[in-house]
Amino acid sequence: MSDSALIRLSGITKTYGRGQAAFQALKGINLSIGAGDFVAVMGSSGSGKSTTMNILGCLDVPTSGSYLFQGVPVERLSRNQRTLLRRNFLGFVFQGFNLLARTTALENVELPLVYRGEPAAMRHAAARSALQQVGLEDWEGHSPAELSGGQQQRVAIARAIVTSPAVLLADEPTGNLDTGTSREIMELISAFNQKQGITVLMVTHEPDMAKYARRVIRFVDGRVERDSRDEGGV
Amino acid sequence: MLWNTLLLALRSIRRNLMRSFLTILGIVIGVAAVITMVTLGNGATQSVSDQISSMGSNLLMVIPGQRFGPGSGGAPSFKSADVDAVRNQISGAERVAPVVGTSATVVNQANNWSTSVTGSTSDFFPAGNWEMAAGRVFSETEERAGKAVCVIGETVREKLFGRQNPVGGEIRVKQFSCEVIGLLKSKGQSAMGHDQDDIVVMPLRTVQRRLVGSQDINMTISVRGASSIDAVKQQITLLLRERRNIGENQDDDFRVMDTRQIAETLTSTTKILTMLLGAVAAVSLLVGGIGIMNIMLVSVTERTREIGIRLAIGALEREVLLQFLIEAVVLSSLGGLVGIALATGASLFLAGLMGVPYIFDPAINLVSFLFSAAIGVIFGFFPARRAAGLNPIDALRHE
Ligand SMILES: Nc1ncnc2c1ncn2[C@@H]1O[C@H](COP(=O)(O)OP(=O)(O)O)[C@@H](O)[C@H]1O
Ligand SMILES: [Mg+2]
Repeated sequence: MSDSALIRLSGITKTYGRGQAAFQALKGINLSIGAGDFVAVMGSSGSGKSTTMNILGCLDVPTSGSYLFQGVPVERLSRNQRTLLRRNFLGFVFQGFNLLARTTALENVELPLVYRGEPAAMRHAAARSALQQVGLEDWEGHSPAELSGGQQQRVAIARAIVTSPAVLLADEPTGNLDTGTSREIMELISAFNQKQGITVLMVTHEPDMAKYARRVIRFVDGRVERDSRDEGGV
Repeated sequence: MLWNTLLLALRSIRRNLMRSFLTILGIVIGVAAVITMVTLGNGATQSVSDQISSMGSNLLMVIPGQRFGPGSGGAPSFKSADVDAVRNQISGAERVAPVVGTSATVVNQANNWSTSVTGSTSDFFPAGNWEMAAGRVFSETEERAGKAVCVIGETVREKLFGRQNPVGGEIRVKQFSCEVIGLLKSKGQSAMGHDQDDIVVMPLRTVQRRLVGSQDINMTISVRGASSIDAVKQQITLLLRERRNIGENQDDDFRVMDTRQIAETLTSTTKILTMLLGAVAAVSLLVGGIGIMNIMLVSVTERTREIGIRLAIGALEREVLLQFLIEAVVLSSLGGLVGIALATGASLFLAGLMGVPYIFDPAINLVSFLFSAAIGVIFGFFPARRAAGLNPIDALRHE
């Protein structure tokens, strides 16, 4: 493990609730991920995969431990600084798509650029290009309700990569989709990893989907149980 | 940042047209109701005081009892002798008109009309600011003899004579027939819904003998221009106390009122009415506010998740807050403005219908507008503030 790792977690714990009801979801996660990697996170339900992803995405804060992002200790950042980290370096794809309702595909994809303060012309061009890359150039005027699950997830991917993030975090991106559509989504994610060098962390239940990754991390009961990198490949 | 956020807010309003519409509607109804009620109430108050000042500012009314309105509470009435005493002994009293009122049905050929019949002397007309449109008032001879002659108001003419000239015509009042000798100039409608032109005036004696059968009277007195109203009131009070044998420690059992007091008595009623209407309308503004709160609470799940999404893709807390604040302010201001416009239209229309003046009241417009804006901001903004303070993941997971 080198210090040049893009992401380094050491001794990360997360406890939900307090007192009698306290529950430790993460019991000390140590993990380092290099730039450009494609990592699949597997493990049974409740093993702490999503909790880890949320901490990595600065959507949630750990109870203890240290998280270095490009060498910067995230736990020392303010709430606003963590937002800026998400804005400038991270892209998210969720199982439930999480698109804005009654909002066109184009406007959804544009939104991260609005918060970056990009001018309108640049936003439109970039959002169109992103939609084109996910094969939805003819659907830009449609709202989520008018799109299939697979199409919605592709809009979500376009929204995640439109800012050319350093890391794409995907929590069960194919969890709500059929096998055929899941493959298409995986091809897309894989392409962004290979062509644009975007580091991908993806939670999945399905071994078929994990095959797209170069590295598989297996969670059991709030701990990293197995890491394929340590075993010399998938 | 401000421009972009404004853009996002307007997009969000446009996107959620139904929610925006309902929010605006709640405010519109509340604001329009409050402003309309208060404006009409003010108009009614104004109309009452206008009407009273049309009676002339130098007018005194003397009635038995301490209450204004029907019933003297057991106090003895005034008689003709009291009128004479005031006329002869109070130098400041210009005209002293005895007044007896009753109501009767008056008939001319096939037309009949129920109206109020006043018995008085010719002093009644100058004292009450009445002018003649045609004919004449009754003479002293007619007064003394209790002749069956009358002067009628515009409304009575219209009901009994249509467009014809009534002067020289005959009307039947109860069992007797009465010659119309004059027509009064129209004074118009009063704010209390009372038509001042719906009147028949006869000599006092005629009314006492043929219609009421009693000698009881009230007095209407006009004060000489040069005299002080308060001084004349004082003199009349002293004179009447003496004539009615009221002991030094006893209270008056009659009232001498000037127009200002009458105005105060009447306008205080309409003012209370205005306040009541305003209170009822304020409740509707509150209900509108609760409606808005409801809409906001119903959409709070969706909005909280929306906020989660925005935070996740890089919106700062203050950007989200500003967007929601702008949304709330735009919606409630729009509602406030539409409400004011609607209230102005409704007030103008209803004021015309009720025959009261339309008086624009800047204070109530401003207060209603600010209140609506406050409601919008409180109910639109504070739920958002809570959501924007959450960890993004908690906002995203909100159910
Ligand atoms: N917000 C929360 N409050 C309380 N417990 C939670 C919360 N989120 C997750 N957990 C618990 O933490 C554990 C790990 O959850 P999670 O990371 O979502 O698992 P996975 O994604 O691997 O299925 C589970 O037992 C879950 O019940
Ligand atoms: Mg999960």
